[in-house]
Amino acid sequence: MAVAAPAVPPVMKSAPTRLRRRQWLTVLGEAVRTPRGAVGLALTGFVVLVAVIGPFVAPHSPTAFVAPDFSKPSSQFLLGTDTLGRDVVSRVLDGGWVLLVMALAATVFGIVVGAIAGVSAAYLRGRWDGLIMRTVDIVLAFPQLVFALLLVSILGPKLWLIVLAVGFSHAPAVARVLRSATLEISERDFVKAVELQGMKPWRVMAKEIIPNLISPIMVEAGLRLTYSIVIMAGLSYLGFGQPPPAANWGLMVGENQTGLVANPWAVVVPAALIALLTIGTNTFTDAVARVAIGVDRRPEEAALLDDIGIRAA
Amino acid sequence: MSDARGAPIGVMEPAEPPAGSPVRLEVRDLEIRLANGGADVVSDVSFSVPAGHVLGLVGESGSGKTTVALALLGHARRGLELSHGAVLLDGTDLLSLGKHDLQELRGGSVAYVPQDPSAALNPTLRIGSQLKEALKAHEGDDEPGKRITEVLSESHLDSSPEMLRRYPHQLSGGQQQRVAIAMAFCCRPSVIVLDEPTTGLDVTTQRHVLDTVRTLCRSYGVAAVYVSHDLAVVGGLATEVAVMYAGRVIELGTTARVFGFPVHPYSRGLLAAVPSPERAEALVGIEGQPPRPGRRPPGCSFAPRCAFVTDPCRSINPEPEIVSGRLVRCLRAAEITDRERLRPLLLDHRTSSEVPPAPVLSLNGVSARYGSTPVLFDVDIDVSPETCLAVVGESGSGKTTLARCIVGLHENWTGEMTFEEARLAQGARRRPKAILRRVQYVFQNPYTSLNPRKTIGQIVAQPLEHFFNLSFAERSARVKKILEDVSLGEDFVRRYPDQLSGGERQRVAIARALVVEPDLLVCDEVTSALDVSVQAIIVELLRRLQRERQLSMIFITHNLALVRSIAQDAVVLSAGRVVEAGPVEEILERPKEQYTIRLMEDVPKLAEVEPTPA
Repeated sequence: MAVAAPAVPPVMKSAPTRLRRRQWLTVLGEAVRTPRGAVGLALTGFVVLVAVIGPFVAPHSPTAFVAPDFSKPSSQFLLGTDTLGRDVVSRVLDGGWVLLVMALAATVFGIVVGAIAGVSAAYLRGRWDGLIMRTVDIVLAFPQLVFALLLVSILGPKLWLIVLAVGFSHAPAVARVLRSATLEISERDFVKAVELQGMKPWRVMAKEIIPNLISPIMVEAGLRLTYSIVIMAGLSYLGFGQPPPAANWGLMVGENQTGLVANPWAVVVPAALIALLTIGTNTFTDAVARVAIGVDRRPEEAALLDDIGIRAA
Repeated sequence: MSDARGAPIGVMEPAEPPAGSPVRLEVRDLEIRLANGGADVVSDVSFSVPAGHVLGLVGESGSGKTTVALALLGHARRGLELSHGAVLLDGTDLLSLGKHDLQELRGGSVAYVPQDPSAALNPTLRIGSQLKEALKAHEGDDEPGKRITEVLSESHLDSSPEMLRRYPHQLSGGQQQRVAIAMAFCCRPSVIVLDEPTTGLDVTTQRHVLDTVRTLCRSYGVAAVYVSHDLAVVGGLATEVAVMYAGRVIELGTTARVFGFPVHPYSRGLLAAVPSPERAEALVGIEGQPPRPGRRPPGCSFAPRCAFVTDPCRSINPEPEIVSGRLVRCLRAAEITDRERLRPLLLDHRTSSEVPPAPVLSLNGVSARYGSTPVLFDVDIDVSPETCLAVVGESGSGKTTLARCIVGLHENWTGEMTFEEARLAQGARRRPKAILRRVQYVFQNPYTSLNPRKTIGQIVAQPLEHFFNLSFAERSARVKKILEDVSLGEDFVRRYPDQLSGGERQRVAIARALVVEPDLLVCDEVTSALDVSVQAIIVELLRRLQRERQLSMIFITHNLALVRSIAQDAVVLSAGRVVEAGPVEEILERPKEQYTIRLMEDVPKLAEVEPTPA
């Protein structure tokens, strides 16, 4: 024999590789580096900055009557005053953070409820699937805003109730998306491998399935955040949000629309901030979605890389 | 071609093309790079194929063989560019043609048969209309109907009007592939490129398809390029072989010379890794992986994995030279030819005990169904302790269902399964934890059986956490030990599955199954997703581990040749029934049932070719 095969092949050494960061960080990082992601993040960042540092830099109290109704902008009141003679700049700076916190809380609540419903429906199958998904269908039959309005008008305009109502109205859509993603993943062999050990279903879902749903969850979260902001602002505009003396962008648009001609800034600025925020979150989510889809899919590239011997590192 | 036992029935004699036939396809210094000036993926590829000849393009995955095959149609996949060289088709350089001219040529003068016929045929068009379209696109044939009937009967397909009215999904896989071949031949091309067209087919169907390709090429004077990782198939079909490694052709010559007496160490390794259905031999794989584009070492690309490597190999890039009547890229080719041929180590599987010991696992009248479709009928199987039982069958024979019933993944079965005197319940959920630990399963596809979000350490430690109550230190020690046993280093612990090659992944899957010290290991087609060189390594690994750990094993495979190298007993399944069972030598050398005899005949074999000295 020209070449003798060693009885035990030598232990293979792998090339030193850098430790990988967590996947969601990688995806976010890649998304920020795309033009779309950078623009989205910049817009969102700007509005969030206004909302967060605003209360600390506001020149006047947001509830103090400082000048006649709908005064034109002046050097003292840069954007003039509103329907009750309060400083618009101060109210704009003060009126963002409650909206942001509520939208964020509603999104988190909606994603958690929706993920639990969708993942368990897909993984448990059978009776549970039917029960959960029919419930989802019923909730989905109500338009989101109408659903929130209904709850609020029955139980009164409490902030936590609005958060729960908006969050809950997100859950069905989230559940549907994650159900279909879970259906595909739970068929993969690595899930079968732990099932063969007799692992409990909830552990299989928590340990094996959910870590593989990071990309769809991130995309859903971004999308639902955008909707949350719009619905929250809409509810305030309709008078179902924070009660009146408080400054709130949605509420400001509603209160001041009668003075649109006298001092348009009192309406335009809060409306523009809401628009910038939703455009920003939506654009950024879009960038994340594109990166995430690329990370998970790439059949053509995968075949190419396979043939020429490059593996995704 | 000759064989000690006389030509085995079914070995395909390579077509003998007429001597001095004109060259139809010539590739000169082809180079393909990653787009935007990246590294070269394929370089210095030159070969020519005369009319009536079949060139086999072989190599491991990652060698660039499919990339070259597509370049023969003037096509580069996204991310790649044809940066240099010429592809001459009857004297016309394809690479200098414009988009429109290329379109004219493709399907006309140069045709392509892809791996998956169901992807090549339009599912919404009838067979007749598809063929008519292919004809219409290229020549204003006066009698398309006549040509279609002709080409269908040449492809050994029924050319009746009923056949033409069928949709692709109404045909079997083999029929679909023959329609794809008929489509490729219908415009009388000069060159035809076949990209692993028999990969998904049964051995019998594969043999018929290969026969079709050979006769068509010979009778039409077509130059064919046949891309495949299956050396036995290429050996039976091709007149010349080009062995590719890391984007270069490292050995090029007639099939008889290259396969009969390989010179390049890589070709030698590849051929040694091919299992033989005629002998029980130890398989020798090639350790390591081919270098990626851009990471290729200076000097010979194969040097890091080569058994004959010397210092100059690491710095000098070998130019092709003629050694023993073929082109070889190896500095030591001349010395190596003098060496004795690589002879496989023969194995002796026979067990000494006269009285058969009580079986570890026995199946009694097991029948299984999917929904209302029955797939297994009254299967009886015994697995003796510390032996390996091979379950052999074509696709659709129910072999995977059988494996899934045994491990508890498939619950819809009746009958009796006894594992060491304990009756096995239908599903895994209903079996006690101790049983679940003692019966372990290795999945077919290592690309889906490992959770991509977990490190190798987490994956291997997970069953330990589940079945044992161990301290962290003890768990880590066991993980480390088992990874060593499957020849993976300690530093794999922190890596993720997508940083591993297919072979490495399959080792991790084996480690995960063995870490809990099972008594019975069920391996379901564990090498079918791997290259031959890697398959050999995995089979040898399993054989070693089975011996060391006194494991009982069930090895499921469609590859009859592989059975010889690993199993002592075998069971042949066909359409859900056990056709034949017994010791491996009995079944493979003296098959009694008609089905087994036919299966053995149809297996493509790398029949021994007498060395042709220079």
